[in-house]
Amino acid sequence: MFEMAFPPAFILMLGALLIALARPGMRPVIVLLTPIVTAYAIWQLPDGVLMTAPFLGYQIELVEANDLRRLFGTMFAMMAFIGGLFGLKQAKWYELAAGYAYAAGAVGVSFAGDLITLFLFWEFMALFSTVVVWCGGTPAAKRAGVRYALMHLTGGIILKIGIEGVMIHTGSIEIQALALNNFDTWVVLIGVLVNAAAPPFCAWLADAYPEGSPFGTVFLAAFTTKSSVLALMLLFPGEPVLIWIGMYMVFYGIIWALLENDMRRILAYSSVNQVGFMIVGVGIGTQMALNGAAAHAFAHNIFKGLLMMSAGAVLYQTGKRKCTDLGGLYQSMPITALCGTIGALAISAFPFTSGFASKSLINQAAADQHLIWIWYALTAASAGVFLHAGIKFPWYVFFQKDSRMRPPDPAWNMRAAMILFASACIVIGCFPNLLYQYLPYPVEYQPYTGEHLVTQFQLLLFSGLAFFVMLPLMKRTLTISLDFDWFYRVLMIRVAQLLMRVWAQLVGLAEALWARTGAPVAQRMKDWHLPGGLLAQTWPTGSMTVWVVVILVMVVVLGQR
Amino acid sequence: MEHLQVLIVLVPLLSAPLCALLPSGRWPWLLATLASWATLAMALVLLGRVESLGPLSYELGNWAAPWGIEYRLDYANAMVQLLLGVVAAVVMPFAYRSARQELDNDRQPGFYAALMLLLAGLLGITATGDAFNVFVFLEVSSLSTYTLIALGRDRRALTSSFRYLIMGTVGATFFLIGVGLLYSLTGTLNMADLAERLPAVASHRTVHTAVAFLVVGICLKLALFPLHLWLPNAYAYAPSAVSAMVAATSTKVMVYVLIRFLYTILGVDFSFGRLPLAQILMVLSVIGMLTASAVAISQPNAKRLLAYSSVAQVGYMVLGVSLVSALGLTAALLHMFNHALMKGALFMALGCVSFRLGGTDVAQMKGLGRSMPWTMAAFVAGGLSLIGVPLTVGFISKWYLVLAALEQGWWPLVVAILLSSLLAVIYVWRVVEVAYFQPSESRDIHREAPLALLLPTWILVLANVYFGIDTRLTVGVAEQAAAALLGAGR
Repeated sequence: MFEMAFPPAFILMLGALLIALARPGMRPVIVLLTPIVTAYAIWQLPDGVLMTAPFLGYQIELVEANDLRRLFGTMFAMMAFIGGLFGLKQAKWYELAAGYAYAAGAVGVSFAGDLITLFLFWEFMALFSTVVVWCGGTPAAKRAGVRYALMHLTGGIILKIGIEGVMIHTGSIEIQALALNNFDTWVVLIGVLVNAAAPPFCAWLADAYPEGSPFGTVFLAAFTTKSSVLALMLLFPGEPVLIWIGMYMVFYGIIWALLENDMRRILAYSSVNQVGFMIVGVGIGTQMALNGAAAHAFAHNIFKGLLMMSAGAVLYQTGKRKCTDLGGLYQSMPITALCGTIGALAISAFPFTSGFASKSLINQAAADQHLIWIWYALTAASAGVFLHAGIKFPWYVFFQKDSRMRPPDPAWNMRAAMILFASACIVIGCFPNLLYQYLPYPVEYQPYTGEHLVTQFQLLLFSGLAFFVMLPLMKRTLTISLDFDWFYRVLMIRVAQLLMRVWAQLVGLAEALWARTGAPVAQRMKDWHLPGGLLAQTWPTGSMTVWVVVILVMVVVLGQR
Repeated sequence: MEHLQVLIVLVPLLSAPLCALLPSGRWPWLLATLASWATLAMALVLLGRVESLGPLSYELGNWAAPWGIEYRLDYANAMVQLLLGVVAAVVMPFAYRSARQELDNDRQPGFYAALMLLLAGLLGITATGDAFNVFVFLEVSSLSTYTLIALGRDRRALTSSFRYLIMGTVGATFFLIGVGLLYSLTGTLNMADLAERLPAVASHRTVHTAVAFLVVGICLKLALFPLHLWLPNAYAYAPSAVSAMVAATSTKVMVYVLIRFLYTILGVDFSFGRLPLAQILMVLSVIGMLTASAVAISQPNAKRLLAYSSVAQVGYMVLGVSLVSALGLTAALLHMFNHALMKGALFMALGCVSFRLGGTDVAQMKGLGRSMPWTMAAFVAGGLSLIGVPLTVGFISKWYLVLAALEQGWWPLVVAILLSSLLAVIYVWRVVEVAYFQPSESRDIHREAPLALLLPTWILVLANVYFGIDTRLTVGVAEQAAAALLGAGR
């Protein structure tokens, strides 16, 4: 029994270090034990600020606990465990170590008591998540990792500048609700939103996640966006602008997922979509909505982890990642197919799965606030989720035409990880109070009313029907049309296409401009500074002296005002 | 105990001729190493004494202050002396194996003698409270640097050294002209005395001209853009240990001299109120930060790449100086110390690379991530520090620099710092990509560098991390120094 508040993040970091150092025989034990010890430590934390340290002239609060933070911390420890179990034997040791370090960053963010601590763990996450992307091992993974790292470094610097602005203008580094009434807090918000894959930074997520290894992707899908949702809940609850940002993400995710062919990229786009739901919840900002955002983050981690694992298992067993190359796998991979289908149902908020229990909270919160258009849009989006993640993913991967591949189900540890999460989806779905009791605010909501069930089933049945009716159309064109939101969707695609064209034009313009002015300047800079260049010649003492004289004259003239 | 202030200069100064006299082999190195460790110990004791007793004054040969030479020590120069001590104490052990490979045997005694003279010169510049004495030690350190660079095994080392000789002499001469003009007006060379007498003649044109010569001379020696042209080749072609020593110390000491002249001697009101020096320095440092970083990206030689990055980093320091605030000065002093740690570590890592490969061309470094894991890990750690990743010293200095810029509402500066950091990511990445992601082409596998090189390198790497977490010493001293410098100028 240890009573002191040892930061749970440090346990995971230590675990990551031990994984790197241990002999191969000891590794599985460490992998499985570390998250359990972490979760135990998390549940030993009493409320309040528990550990401080001096840094940068402030007393930073390394560990601060409350219900919300514990929920997210537990969730991250759980995801580390499942990721570790899933890749126990198959993943490279350095991938597991990087994944655990990444998880440590997320747990650290969950319990960060002030902005500096938050930022430190934030960067820690960025660093090790990049390594996890690189562990994909392909040239594409390398390039995606570089893009990912640049995006997150930029985001990190933006966040840092925002935090420093808040610090110097208010003198406080407390994590508290910030009002969006000055430049500093806007910069903080933008920095946080980069990690949430909010517009205009949506693209990095679907760019990087599918390039990870089958095991790395499970880690990738779990931590960055969710810790960002937590940061939004702590810093910007009830900011109306978040509703619109979230709404954009919801539809962005649906449209791109429908157009996509890579199975893990479909799931990545659907992550943007699901995080959009959570951010809408944060933006609504009532107790009900915040509960919904937290619950949905928790539930989403489980079913998205499950989906990523089933996609990973398929990729690991077949080496194929495109929907068009797959199909008919249910015959030889029944467990993977079953688990993948359960995950797909859960993400579609099918009654008696975890998604139903959590997403209903957000929808109900919108209804309670009489945000009628938001409610309609969210409901329409639910149908869209069923289309792209709920049906499209399992249909093309496990059923559909027969690809004539007969790979067996994966190894026992991968099966165990999937079965665990599949059961969790159903248990939480059937007994939502298991999750509700740990939410930050008391829940007096009952998702299982007759009316709600009927509505949900209608929605799902009709969108399901539409999928199969339109199946030939979908196959041929990879676009889709649908009953009541047909107009909306086509319009969105058109608008998206238009925007893409405008964007392509702009890029072309910028490239032309660069070719005309920038590139010559860059070339000249190179010519001057490379060895043998004008400014790096062996005898440029003359040119150097010219500069000396120029500066001297400048100082003298300017000084003689 | 009060003699320490002089001894810290005398010990390396006297060990220089001894090194030259000792027979070639282990002995000159041993003496130089012991002397540099003694220097570190003395610097630590002196910093402790400044902390407990306040600014120290020592009159050389008991000649009273304005007439005789006075050594003055406050937080600012005690910090720089500590920096010099740390770098010397780590580079000297490193130099043994490295120099034995890169230099002819009969040159070894002279090599260590020159290193000791360099150290003595730099320490002398920081120790003295006399403007002319600064010039003397400046020449001591410069001349030894020219010699050291010329020892590089690349033939271009000779021309690089010659160019540096010309430019360094121009800089030193300008400095001397400036000091001479000040002397002609005030009749004194003592810094404190100068500071007292200058306000009376402040409106005199001669003073303005003197300042122009001084600032340009100093900026040439500290390689402020566009007066940096001597630096890249000098760093690139010098022997490994020399690159590490010079890159970590020389420009930093000159930044200290700049601060001392602008803040203590001329005073804030004169330097920045009457003269537009803040604006000039700010513009030049921002341009330097951006262009030097951009140029670093396309360098084919890793040492040259780091040299350009040094020019950019000098920009950060001068930017801090030009903000004329307690936070800005703190950032400048802090970055002086921190940059010495990171550049020292990086150049030493490249020294390890050069030890096995015989050169530091980026293209040669393919596959080194696998064959020399500890060396490249040290490079990555130093690179992360250069970029400013949290828990490294680079993060700390950029944190304070951004705070200082934000305090005065200078948003464009913040953007420039951000851009420059991103450029740093790219140039560090170039090396990392080649070393880790491109498979080795050559058949022969390079072995890891010997422990005698790795150990000193990793000590500096760990210092990068330690001072990135525990900032009480560095930030504490820098804040005290900044407060004292601003107080003295008013």
